[in-house]
Amino acid sequence: MSTRFTIHGRSMRKAAESTVLPSQITPPEVFFNRRQLLAGAVAAGLIGATHPLRAAEGGPTGAALKYTRNAQYSVGDQPNSWEDITSYNNFYELGTDKSDPKANGGSLKPSPWNVTIDGEAEVKGTFTLEDILKPHALEERVYRLRCVEAWSMVIPWVGFPLGDLIKRFKPTSKAKYVQFTTLLDPKQLPYQRAKILDWPYVEGLRMDEAMHPLTLMVVGVYGRVLPAQNGAPLRLMSPWKYGFKGIKSIVKISFVEKQPRNTWAIATPHEYGFYANVNPEVDHPRWSQATERRIGGSRGFFAPRVKTLPFNGYADQVASLYKGMDLRRYF
Amino acid sequence: MNVDQRYRFVYKPLVFAAGLSPIAWVLLRGFGIMGPDLGADPAKLTLHLLGKTALNFLMLTLMVTPVRQLTGWTHLLRLRRMLGLFAFFYASLHFLSYLWLDQYFDFASIGEDIFKRPYITIGFLAVMMLIPLAVTSTNKMMRRLGRRWQSLHRLVYIIAILGVWHYYWQVKKDVREPLIYAAILAVLLGYRAVKAWQKRQIAAARAPTSKSGSATAPERT
Repeated sequence: MSTRFTIHGRSMRKAAESTVLPSQITPPEVFFNRRQLLAGAVAAGLIGATHPLRAAEGGPTGAALKYTRNAQYSVGDQPNSWEDITSYNNFYELGTDKSDPKANGGSLKPSPWNVTIDGEAEVKGTFTLEDILKPHALEERVYRLRCVEAWSMVIPWVGFPLGDLIKRFKPTSKAKYVQFTTLLDPKQLPYQRAKILDWPYVEGLRMDEAMHPLTLMVVGVYGRVLPAQNGAPLRLMSPWKYGFKGIKSIVKISFVEKQPRNTWAIATPHEYGFYANVNPEVDHPRWSQATERRIGGSRGFFAPRVKTLPFNGYADQVASLYKGMDLRRYF
Repeated sequence: MNVDQRYRFVYKPLVFAAGLSPIAWVLLRGFGIMGPDLGADPAKLTLHLLGKTALNFLMLTLMVTPVRQLTGWTHLLRLRRMLGLFAFFYASLHFLSYLWLDQYFDFASIGEDIFKRPYITIGFLAVMMLIPLAVTSTNKMMRRLGRRWQSLHRLVYIIAILGVWHYYWQVKKDVREPLIYAAILAVLLGYRAVKAWQKRQIAAARAPTSKSGSATAPERT
């Protein structure tokens, strides 16, 4: 038996109450193709195999997505290769070495996938990923990614604005923050058996940050569905913040009144804060944040460091969110 | 072959070749010769691999004394200088790769790192302290320094502690591997502490006998 909600004229099935047989699970290729038809194929998107940004070595794999390019929100920098983006990852639930998540990603099953919406909102419940994604047209945005470890990449993400998703659930006036939670399942994420961090991984954004048009719910990269190591099937990306804010494999989105305690800030509060805005002026206690090493490129070994930009180069769009705030204190 | 010949023609060349293999691996992979390259961040991989190799050789150097005392293979001592010099070689390359590949000779930033960031400060100190040990590693210097040579070379204990501490401190969160190094070092230094304590006990046990001997001496007369 299933309950039906009506949100903005669209129906969502409450997944928690329905039993899904393995034979009923739609393979991602079919699922995404069906989604295109349902969405009415907004525009003639580019398919991964003919992606103009694709680097020569080890091209993209996985199911192709239909999307439009959003040039307004894309940077002009040369994107990293598919190989770099999918083989150099911080996803501690799949291992702490950069190469571990790719090697161990096979255990993560991104389908079927449910996402629970709870907290201070009018519409709540547990929904299938399909229902979460259904109303949203996908777009590609080439964003800079700056890791707190002082390296960076340029990545063509595929996703949709988080703000559009949030509006569907009608958060109340008490919803001051949005909290995200990663899947907790040591069978799928084996390093959760090791007490490296306080599992499950939790991240959060202030409501205005979450509603900012740059903040993206990501479902793909290079025109393909997200590989496990990049946070399949649903992850967050706010490009003016350090990479650890981009929580992966999200199963819960909660609207909350108080500032959430995010995992890295719990682990080492003097090193990682809630805001985590990219800031060359505020060093990590153990290393400088003034410069970064851009991963990839033809110079390999001898790639010089480049200067880190305030808010990772997105200051024009986001600096006003933090007007009057002491960014040394709220790092 | 006698022991001398076996060391000269077999063991030492083998250890020498093994000691060069990490840097050979980095260079071959780094320049794309034979097999896959060094991944998305070759500079960091090189930096870390050289640092860890330096620590490995430091640990091996410190293993020589306990192993030869426990097994009786006293001639193992002949390998110690080479192991120690490899530790110096890789620590220097690790430092060089930090200066070059990581910092690109930005000396303002390097200076800031060394003075402001404790994990880099102690790593830098460890490398600097290895220099006098390498310089005084020749037979000639050993003869010239005499008993002071051993006192000077006890610096290696401090260097090893700084090295492991440097590794532990730079890891973001998963400290399991640095803790393995710390445990090995604790055993190696602990062994020496116990030996030193036993030596003192024996010396202390001897002292009272000689005293009581002299105390009873007048009675015998």
